[in-house]
Order: sequence, then structure tokens, then C-alpha cells
Amino acid sequence: MLEVENLQLRLNGKSIISDLSLHVSKGEIHGVLGENGTGKTTVAYLIMGVNNYKPTGGRVIFEGQDIADLSVSQRAKKGITLAWQEPARIEGLKVRDYLKLSGDNFGIEQIKHYLWMVGLEPAQYLDRDVDNTLSGGERKRIELASVLAMKPKLAILDEPDSGIDIIALPFILNGIVEMNKQGSSVLLITHNEKVTEIAHRVSVLCAGRILRTGEPSEMSQWFKDNCRACVHINEPVGEESL
Amino acid sequence: MISYSVEKEYQGLVDAYEKAGGDRSALGKPEIGNLVIHENKVLSANGVEGIKIETRETETGVDIYFLVEEGVKIKNPVHLCFGILPREGLQEIILKVNAQDNSEVNVIAHCVFPNAIKVIHKMDADIEIGNNAKFDYKETHYHGESGGIEVIPKARVKVGKGGVWQSTFTLTQGLVGKLDYDFEVFCQDKGIAELVVKVYGKGHDDIKVWEKIHLDGTGARGLAKSRLVLSDKAQAEVKGETYGNAPYARGHVDCIELVNGTEAVARAIPIVSVTNEKAKVTHEAAIGSIDRRQVETLMARGLDEDEAVDVIVRGILR
Repeated sequence: MLEVENLQLRLNGKSIISDLSLHVSKGEIHGVLGENGTGKTTVAYLIMGVNNYKPTGGRVIFEGQDIADLSVSQRAKKGITLAWQEPARIEGLKVRDYLKLSGDNFGIEQIKHYLWMVGLEPAQYLDRDVDNTLSGGERKRIELASVLAMKPKLAILDEPDSGIDIIALPFILNGIVEMNKQGSSVLLITHNEKVTEIAHRVSVLCAGRILRTGEPSEMSQWFKDNCRACVHINEPVGEESL
Repeated sequence: MISYSVEKEYQGLVDAYEKAGGDRSALGKPEIGNLVIHENKVLSANGVEGIKIETRETETGVDIYFLVEEGVKIKNPVHLCFGILPREGLQEIILKVNAQDNSEVNVIAHCVFPNAIKVIHKMDADIEIGNNAKFDYKETHYHGESGGIEVIPKARVKVGKGGVWQSTFTLTQGLVGKLDYDFEVFCQDKGIAELVVKVYGKGHDDIKVWEKIHLDGTGARGLAKSRLVLSDKAQAEVKGETYGNAPYARGHVDCIELVNGTEAVARAIPIVSVTNEKAKVTHEAAIGSIDRRQVETLMARGLDEDEAVDVIVRGILR
């Protein structure tokens, strides 16, 4: 479904993403595990085409088509979406209307359903604004509900667990699993190896490149053993030097 | 010049009022207070129990005395409709409001100028809110698409002990033309003032907004909030002033101006002043283009860029 081939991004003469290759299959939850500053969010932005990021090399292929020249809207209409690590706050936009944007002809019952799926009581949230009055955790759960409502072919979730308390985390993880069950592939970006337990495969990212890809438990262990104390943040190095 | 009979004037004005979002049915119900004024003519005036509305037609407008009697809580909102249907005209409203102690009322005003080419609408209001009285005033404008209108609403509001003044001025339909909004509120002990202005400037609109709140009594609270969106060659200047002059007074100035395009110009001048060591006044102002992250968030759900901007603009002016 998604093929990222030798992706590169240089900003201000510095290599941020370096020859990154990644494959996400249809129906897969694919974890991308990396410490802070290793380029995880940049990869998400490059695939979605946001933040004015354009690859300086390589290709992003979605369902056989190079999407480099497509706008964010066009990518979304092809079935890709992104949930930001820190979702935007939009004054005056009610939760019900925000979720309604994700699908055609949504009725109120469907909107409620998606709020329930992320553990939010609809009566308390439908008429609230998607603005600064929501806590970080509430806003992230609403973001996930919005992605669920869109039923995308590929959902890129950037750190869906960050800022989420331990009570809410199971709702987030369950929402991701449900999303996958309803047919979405998921690119699950995180620095928390526990979160990748719900993934089918995991790639470990360091200094803008994928070091290895494999089973979640194996990659989690490898990540803990090699990446926790690693200083190679956006300083591309060879794997042998780790 | 088009001439209008009284009946035609009333129907025409009510049609425009409805288009501007007014509740047509409310104007015909005896249990709902209303006042309909076209140019300098009073077409309908219905006071309800606890409210007295007195009017005097002048050469250029109408003088209005609006009384809410002590202790009366008006159940239904009172509806006002002011307007000018011809392309040219002048309407000067001199408004005196006396909301007596412990009274409570909601007033919904619509000001409609759908055909304005050379129209001036002035309102000069002198408002007294009694102790523990509550007055909620919402004024929504509907202008035509020519921009040939000048709107000059000015109000001085005195809020008694424990009283509440809340006003929302909305001008988001049609071209603004020239707006010079100037509201000033003085709050006594535990008095509350909330001034909200929402304007969508387009074309060559020229917008001035001046909100002033004086927190003169202990524990008084004030919020001066403005939301403006500017496109084309529209210009706006927003002054938000709050003065904390008494112990435990709390005030906040909150201004957002979004500029959509390269030729619109926005300015904000927040002034916060504290003359009592136990008072606190804060301000926040954000001026700039529409946030890219917000736009891309909506685009990532499949909206085109223009649709995304429209959702954001409608939200901020809601």
C-alpha cells in the first residue's frame, strides 16, 4: 500500500531524513519506533505533504502512484490522513462538526459512536469547541475519533500516546486496533516501545533512517538495548557504529 | 429616490431582518417585546410587562428610552430591528437604557441596510445597569454588498454592584463599509462587563473597534474580546483597554485578527492598566495569517484549502 523509497530531506544543509525506506502493507499496523529527534514526525509530514516539507530525494508511492506532487487534500482524498502529535485547536468549531467533516452524510449516532470508541462521553463533548478549552489528552482522543470517522486507507498517527494518561491510553490503543479492524492500515509513530505491541511489524528509526524492521517484541528489545542511551539524533551514522 | 409606504417599509424591513437572521415571528407576538424602526420612523413598538419603551421621532432618527423595571426578569428576548432600505439615508439612534436593580433581560437587535450605497447609521447609547441587574445585548448587522455604509455605534455603560453587562456585536454579512465601534463600560463592586466584537472585513472595508472597560469596584471583572477576519484590502484597528482600579478586579483583553491575503492590514493596540496593587489585568493578541496547521488539519480530512479556510473563518466569527 505504501512504499517509501530512499526518502531524503535536507534542511539548511543538514540531513534530516537519509535514504529512508519503509513498506506498509494493506491491513497492517506498522510501528515506527524512535527516540525524540530522530525524524519520526518529519517522516509523517513528508508522507502527508504538510508543513511545506518536500523530499529532496526518493519517492513516496501510495497504491502504485508517486504522490510527491499531490496536495494534502489530494492525498487525503486518496485515503491518507494524519493525526498530529499536537493537534491544532480551532476556535468556534464544535466537536460534532469537526467529526462530521471526516465523512459524508454522518448522522449524530455515528458521531457519538466514534466518541465512544475513544472513551469519550458524547454528551459531554459534542457541543464543545475543538479549542484550548480541551486538555491535551481530550484533544488527542478527539483527533483519533476524527481519523476513525474518516475510515482512511492509511492513517499516520504521530505519537498518539504522548500526553495521554494511563487511564486513557487503553482507549487510544483500542481505537487504533478498531481502526485497523475496520480496514485501515496504520503507520504508528511512537517513542514508546510498549505502544508498538499492537503493531504487526515495527521499524526502528535513528538519525533519519530505518535501522531495522521486524517483529514488535524483537524490535522493542533491540530498541531498548541500543537506542535508549544513543546520542545519534539527526546525525546520520552507520549502523555499525551503534 | 424610492419612496416607501409605511406598510411596504415594514414588510421590506422585516424581510431584510429575517435574511439577517432575525426571528420574523417574534415581531408579531404580543408577549414578546419589540421595536422596529425604519430611518426615523417607528413602525412597531411593543413593550411587555416590566418593560417600558418610549420613542420620539426626530428629523434624522429616533430617541429611545428603554426601561426594565426593578426586580423584573423578562422571560422572552426583546427584539429590536433598525434599518434603512433606500440606497441613501441617515439614521441616528439616541438610546437611553435603564435596567433597574435586580432586573434581567436579553435584547436581540438586528440592524439591516441591504441596499446601502450612501448610508450612515449612528447609535449613541447611555446605559445604566442597576445593582444585581443583568443585561444581555446582541447586535447583528446585515449590510449589502456595495460597502457604501458608515456605522458608528457608541455606548457608555455603567454597571452597578453585582450587575452584569454582556454585549456581542456581529458584522459578518455583506461588506462592512466603514465601522467606528466605541463601547466603554464602568463597573462597580463585583460588576461584570463582557464586550465581544466579531467582524469580517472584505473589499475596502475600514474598521475601527475600541473597547474600554474600567474595573472601578472591588472584585469587578471584565473581558474585552474581539475576533476579526480581514481579506482583500480591508483594514482594521482594534483597541482593547482595561483598567484595574480596585482590589481583586480582574480583566482580560483578548484579540485575534486573521489576515487572509496579502493586502489586508490589521493592527491591535491592547492597553492594560492597573492602579491598585490587588488588581490584575491580562491581555493576549494574535494577529497574522490563518494558522497553517489548522488549515492542514482540515485538509488532511479531505477538505480543499479554500473549504478549510472557510471553516476556520466561520469558527472564529461564530
